[in-house]
Amino acid sequence: MSYLLSATCAVPAAGAVLTAALPAGTSEARRRTTKTVALAVSVLTLGLAAAIAVAFEPGGARYQLTESHSWIRSFGISFSLGADGIGTALVLLTAVLVPLVMLAGWHDADPAAPEGSFESKRRTQAFFALILAVEAMVLVSFLATDVFVFYVFFEAMLIPMYFLIGGFGDRAGGPDADRQRSYAAVKFLLYNLLGGLVMLAAVIGLYVVAGDQGQATFSLTALTDAISSGKLVIDPNAQRALFLGFFFAFAVKAPMWPLHTWLPNAMGESTAGTAVLITAVVDKVGTFAMLRFCLGLFPDASKTFAPVIMVLALIGIVYGALVAIGQKDIKRLVAYASISHFGFIILGVFAMTSQGQSGATLYMVNHGISTAAWMLVAGFLISRRGSRLIADYGGVQKVAPVLAGTFLIGGLATLSLPGMAPFVSEFLVLVGTFSRYPAIGIVATFGIVLAALYALLLYQRTMTGPVKAGVEGVRDLKVRELAVVAPLVALTLLLGVYPKPLTDLVNPAVNDTLSQVHRTDPAPAHPVAATNGGEQK
Amino acid sequence: MNPANYLYLAALLFTIGASGVLLRRNAIVLFMCVELMLNASNLALVTFSRMHGNLDGQILAFFTMVVAAAEVVVGLAIIVSIFRTRHSASVDDSNLMKL
Amino acid sequence: MNSLIPLLVAAPLAGAALLLLGGRALDRLGHWIATALAALSFALGLALFADMLGRDAEHRAVTEQLYSWIPVDGFRADVAFQLDQLSITFVLLITGVGTLIHLYSVGYMAHDERRRRFFAYLNLFLAAMLVLVLADNYLLLYVGWEGVGLASFLLIGFWQHKPSAATAAKKAFVVNRVGDMGLSIAIMLMFVEFGSFAFQPVFATAGDASEGKLTAIGLMLLLAACGKSAQVPLQSWLGDAMEGPTPVSALIHAATMVTAGVYLIVRSGAIFNLAPDAQTAVVVVGAVTLLFGAVVGCAKDDIKKALAGSTMSQIGYMIMAAGLGPIGYAFAIMHLVTHGFFKAGMFLGAGSVMHGMNDEVNMRHYGGLRTYMPVTFATFGLGYLAIIGFPGLSGFFSKDKIIEAAFAKGGTEGWILGLCALLGAAITAFYMTRVMVLTFFGEKRWQPDADGNEPHPHESPKSMTVPMVVLAFGSVFAGGLFIYGNSFLHWLEPVTGHAEGDSPLSAWTVTGLATVCMLAGAALAWQMYGRNPVPVKAPVGSLLTRAARRDLLQDDFNHAVLVRPGSALAATLVWFDSRGLDGLVNGLAAAIGGISGRLRRIQTGYVRTYALSMFGGTLVLVASTLLMRSV
Repeated sequence: MSYLLSATCAVPAAGAVLTAALPAGTSEARRRTTKTVALAVSVLTLGLAAAIAVAFEPGGARYQLTESHSWIRSFGISFSLGADGIGTALVLLTAVLVPLVMLAGWHDADPAAPEGSFESKRRTQAFFALILAVEAMVLVSFLATDVFVFYVFFEAMLIPMYFLIGGFGDRAGGPDADRQRSYAAVKFLLYNLLGGLVMLAAVIGLYVVAGDQGQATFSLTALTDAISSGKLVIDPNAQRALFLGFFFAFAVKAPMWPLHTWLPNAMGESTAGTAVLITAVVDKVGTFAMLRFCLGLFPDASKTFAPVIMVLALIGIVYGALVAIGQKDIKRLVAYASISHFGFIILGVFAMTSQGQSGATLYMVNHGISTAAWMLVAGFLISRRGSRLIADYGGVQKVAPVLAGTFLIGGLATLSLPGMAPFVSEFLVLVGTFSRYPAIGIVATFGIVLAALYALLLYQRTMTGPVKAGVEGVRDLKVRELAVVAPLVALTLLLGVYPKPLTDLVNPAVNDTLSQVHRTDPAPAHPVAATNGGEQK
Repeated sequence: MNPANYLYLAALLFTIGASGVLLRRNAIVLFMCVELMLNASNLALVTFSRMHGNLDGQILAFFTMVVAAAEVVVGLAIIVSIFRTRHSASVDDSNLMKL
Repeated sequence: MNSLIPLLVAAPLAGAALLLLGGRALDRLGHWIATALAALSFALGLALFADMLGRDAEHRAVTEQLYSWIPVDGFRADVAFQLDQLSITFVLLITGVGTLIHLYSVGYMAHDERRRRFFAYLNLFLAAMLVLVLADNYLLLYVGWEGVGLASFLLIGFWQHKPSAATAAKKAFVVNRVGDMGLSIAIMLMFVEFGSFAFQPVFATAGDASEGKLTAIGLMLLLAACGKSAQVPLQSWLGDAMEGPTPVSALIHAATMVTAGVYLIVRSGAIFNLAPDAQTAVVVVGAVTLLFGAVVGCAKDDIKKALAGSTMSQIGYMIMAAGLGPIGYAFAIMHLVTHGFFKAGMFLGAGSVMHGMNDEVNMRHYGGLRTYMPVTFATFGLGYLAIIGFPGLSGFFSKDKIIEAAFAKGGTEGWILGLCALLGAAITAFYMTRVMVLTFFGEKRWQPDADGNEPHPHESPKSMTVPMVVLAFGSVFAGGLFIYGNSFLHWLEPVTGHAEGDSPLSAWTVTGLATVCMLAGAALAWQMYGRNPVPVKAPVGSLLTRAARRDLLQDDFNHAVLVRPGSALAATLVWFDSRGLDGLVNGLAAAIGGISGRLRRIQTGYVRTYALSMFGGTLVLVASTLLMRSV
C-alpha cells in the first residue's frame, strides 16, 4: 500500500495548521514568513501531485495507488483513497492553481484594520491557512473512494470557504461592502449546506438500501462493482430518489441553473484569488462528483433524468451568457460566464458519449486554467483602480499594454478560440452532445456566439478607447503578477495545441464510466471505409 | 392509619407550592414554594416506600434532599446577587434574557 | 520535400511569437524580421510549387501528418497538412501578396510607435491563413478559420484608442462567429454522418449519405462562408473593418482572408455537387451579394469603403461561380487570384493617396492627384482597368469566364444569373470609374485637416511604391497567363473537376455583351463625375443613394432585429436573475426569518410563564401516559 495519496492530502492540511500557528504580528517580516511557508507547502503539494501523475499508468486499473485506513468499522466506513484518470487530472489542476492563487493574492490579506487590533494580527496567517485547508479538503474529495469520506470533506470544505469569502474582500466594493460580503458568505454557506444535507440523507439511504441486500458498505468501488455485476439491485423509485439527493448537492455546488445565484455574489465580493478557488477548484468537485457518483452509483436513474438535466444545462449556457452580457461588474460578469461554462460541462457529462464526457473532464481542467487567467488579471486591474465597475474603465491598453494583452488572452480562452485549451473541450462536448441530442447540440452552439459577445464587449469597454479619468495611474503588471499569469497562459496554449497527454489520462476512466451506465457511442450513419484512410489518417 | 391520607397531604402541599410558583413574584417566596413542592414529593416517595415495602422511595427522597440543599445554596446566592444589583427581589424585573 | 510544409506555417508563427514576446528590444528590427519570415514562407512555397510541377497531375497532392491532435474514442482530429494544386495556389497568393504588404507596411507604419506589434499580428495572420488552406481536415481548417478571425480582430482594432476601431473589430469577430457556428455544426454533422471530418474520407464517402444531410452540411458551410467572406446576410462587418490600417484592408479584407469562404466551398465541392439545393442557395447568395456590394460601392464617398463594397461584390462573383459547381470552381479561384492582385494593388494605392493627403479618406476632398502621385496613379489605374474588365487585363479574362459559366448553368436560372453578372459588370465599371475620376482627375477639392494643415500630396517612398508596381504587373498579366492554353483550369482540374456547361450564347457574344456593359457603366460615370463639377459636400441624393450610403440599411436592420431585442433580453434576464430567481431565494430566507421572529415572542422572559409552560408540559405528559396505559 502506497501512502502517496494520503501524503498529498496531508501536506496541505499540516501546512494549514503550521501556517495558522506561526507567530502573529503585523510586521512585514512576519507576514512574509507566513506567506513563504504557505507558498512552499503548496509547491510541495504540487510536487506530490506531479508524482501521482507520473506514478499513474493510464492503461492500468481504474483506481490506482489505492490505500485504505479503517475508520468507523461498525458502519463499514474506511478512509480509502484511489486515483483515477479524471481525479488525477483535477488533482493536478488544484495543485497548479493554489500556488498561483497565493501568489496573486500576496497582498490581499495585508492588514486592513488599524494596527494592533486583534483582526489585523492574525489576518495573514488566517488567509493562507484557510487556502491550504481548502486545498487539502478538495484533494481528498477528488481522491476519496468512500462515499462517506467524500461527503464529509465535500461538506467540510464549506467552512474555510465561508471564512475566505466573508473575511477577505477585494477592497473595491461600495460603502456597504462589508454587509454585501457577509451576505455573500452566508448565502454561499446556506445554499451549499442545504444541498449537503439532502445529500447526507441520500448517503444514509444508500447505506440502508445496500445493507438490506447484505452490502452494508460505503465503499464506492464495492458499491459500483455490486451494481454493475447485478449483485446489488436498487429499486427504480428508490434509485431515482437517491440520485436526486446526490445530484441536488452537486448541482448546487457546480452550480447549475437555476441553483446558481450564490455564485455571482460569492465571486463578486471575495478577492480575485478566492473567486478563482471557488469557480476553478471547489465548483469542480460538484461536476466531478456528478460523473463519479451519480453515474457510477445510479446508472438507470442517470439515464432517466439525463434529458431533463441536459435541458437545464442548456438553459444555463444561454442564460449565463446573456446575463453576463448585461453585467456592469467585471467579477460578476466572469461569474456568469462561468455559469454558462458549467452548463457545457454538465451537458458533456450527461450526453453519455465518450466525446462528451472526455470533453467535460477536459473542460473542468481547461475552464479552471482559463478562468483563473481571466479572473486573476481582472483582479490585478481592479486592485489598481479600486473599482469593479466596467464603466470606470476605458483605454487601459494605452497605459498598461501587457495587462491588457493578458486580459485579452484570458477572454479569448474563455470564448474558446481554437488553438487554446477550452476549444478542444468545448468542441468535444458539442460533438458528443450533438451525436445523441442534435437539437440540444445546435442550441448549445449559440453559446459560442454569445461567449464572443460578452468576452469582447468586456475587453472593448475596459481596455480600448480613450483613457478614462482615474485610469491614467494604472501601472502595468509587476514581475510577481507576470509569474502568476505566464504559467496559466502557457498551459492554455499548450493544452490547446497538444491536449493528448490529458486525453490519454482521462479516456480510460471515461470509458469505464460509460460501461457502468451501459451506454455506447452512437455509430456514424455512413462510416468512412478504413481503406480510405479513415483509421490511418 | 391509612397511608392514602399521607398522599392526600402530599398532593395538597404540592398544589400549594405549584400555585405559589405560578402566582407569586417575590423570588424568596418562589423559592420556598419550590421547596414545598420538593418536600411534598419527598413525602409521597416515603409513603410509597412504606406501601410497597421496599427502600427505593426513601433512597430517592435522600437524593432529593441533597439536590434541594445544593439548589438552595446556588439559588440563594443568585437571588442575593440579583437583589444587590437591581434592588428588587421580584422575578419579573429580571427579564433580560428575552432579548 | 514534404517536411517543408509545416515550415511554411512555422516561419510566420515564430515571427509572431518572437515579436510579441521580444519586447522593446525588437522595436528597431522587428518589422524586418517579420518581412523576412514572410518572404521565407513565400520562398518555401515557391520551392514546393517547383517540386509539385515536377510530378504528373495525379501525384501532385501530398499530405504531411504531424501528430494526433485530439484522440478520443471514435473521434480523430489530426494536425495534418495537405498540399495539392488548390492549396499551393493559395499558399503562393497569401505569402506572395503577404510579403509585398509587409514590405509596404514598413513604410506605411513607419511613424507608428506600435509598429512591432502590427507586424507580429500580420505574421500571425499569415500563419493562421496558411493553416486554413493547408489543413487536411475541417477541424484544423476551423483553427485557421478562427485564427484569421483573431488576426483580423487585432488588426481592425489596431488603433484601439479610436472607439470606432474597437467597435468595428468586435463587430467583425462576433459576426464571423455566427458564421463559425455554421462551420462547427457542419463538422458535427459530418462526424455524426461519416465518423470523420477529414477531407479525403468524407469526400470519398459523401455519396452514401442522403441528399438531405448533404444539403444541411452544405448550407452550414455556406453560412460559414457568408460570415468570413462578408456575403449577404452576414456582410455588415466588412465596411466597418476599413477602420483598420490600409495594408490590413489590402491583405486581409481584400486579397486573402475574405476569400476563404470561396476556398471552403470549392474545397467542399464533393459535398456541394451532391446537394443541388445547397448549390442553389450558394448561387443566390453570390448573385445577391454581387449586386448588393456594387450598389453600396456606388454611393460611398470614403475611398476605402467604396473599395470594400467592391470587394464584397467581387467575392459575390466568386461565390456565385463556386455555386455553379464543376463548371465554375476553377473560374472562382481564378477570379480570386486576379482579384487578389488588382484589389490589393488598389487598396495599397488608396493607402498611398491617404498617406499623401493627411489621412483624408473622403474622395470628394481629392481630385487632380494624377500629376502629384504618378506611380500611384499608374498602378491604381492598371488595377482599375483590370477590375472593370478592360480587354486584355486580368480581370477581363477571369470575370468573363464567370459570366460565361453563369449563362452555361442553363435554363431560366442561367439567364437570370448571367444577366445579374452582366448588370454587376456595368455597375462595377460605374463605381470604379467614379473612384478613379474623383481621386485622380478633375479639379483639386483639397480641404485642410482638423488641425488646419493644408495637404501637400507627394509620392510615397520606395518601400510602398515597389509592392504597388509588382501588384500592378500581376493585375495586367495574371489573367492572360492563366487563360493561355487554359493552363489554370488544367492545373486545378484534378482537385476541383471541370465540366463544360451548356451555354445559350456563344463565348464571343458573352464577351461582347460584357464589354458593352463595362463601357456603358464607365461612360455614365464619366458623364456624371468627369464632365460635371463634383460638389465637395455630398448632395442629399435619391432614396436609393441615401440607403446605399447607409449600406442599404444593413446595420439598421441588424440593430432593429438583433441588437435591440438582444440587449433588451439581456437586461430582462439580469432583472429576472436578481429579482426573480434571487428574489425567490431571498424571499425564502426572509420568510424563515419572519417566522422565527414570531416564534421568538413566546419567550417573554418572565419566569412564571416558563414555569407555567413546564407545568402544562408535565400535565400533558402525565395525561398522555395515563391515556396510553388505559387504552
